[in-house]
Amino acid sequence: MTIVVGVVIAMLAVAMLLTLIRIVRGPSMLDRMVATDVLLAMIVSALGVEAAYHRHATTVPILVVLPTVGFVGSVTVARFISRRDRPVTRPESHQ
Amino acid sequence: MILDIAAAACLILGALLCLAAGIGLLRFPDVLSRAHSATKPQVLGLLLILIAVALRLRNIADLPTLGLIAIFQMATAPVAAHMLGRAAYRTKALLPDRLMVDELAGREHALKDSQRP
Repeated sequence: MTIVVGVVIAMLAVAMLLTLIRIVRGPSMLDRMVATDVLLAMIVSALGVEAAYHRHATTVPILVVLPTVGFVGSVTVARFISRRDRPVTRPESHQ
Repeated sequence: MILDIAAAACLILGALLCLAAGIGLLRFPDVLSRAHSATKPQVLGLLLILIAVALRLRNIADLPTLGLIAIFQMATAPVAAHMLGRAAYRTKALLPDRLMVDELAGREHALKDSQRP
């Protein structure tokens, strides 16, 4: 179980790093919001991995609250972004 | 023992989905395709992690909370993704030539701010 959890944490860390790169690079605010949602899901997953490893349920209430905050945040940003914030640059061409 | 192995498999699958989402977020060209990759850890990845937590805790008292997390996530993720996609279409933050179907093409008047619900 320890080895599995180590591998899982490493994969989650790499995934969070890639998501953070997308948050920094943008280019539009919606890209950042999508990436922030994903980052939040990954944080919830990491907390779940920790709870599964140590076999305690202390962090389980946090897992309820965190997606709620993320949902409210992304809906708010999506509502207020519709009329402003056109991206400065065009979306990247397909690599 | 078997439960632990099942939990480990669920953890690895969930982490793989998170990794795939990270790579997809970095590689995909526009908001809608990035939102497509964003759904992987939000729904299936989180469900697998929650199953692993339930298999490891083995406590009937924690199951309602974990089920609540799963139901809430499955209820809110589509709503948030829909609103982000709608905002992306309205601000033209997507690549039109990468859309297979665009049913709103030529209906710009329906997208005005004044007619929003």
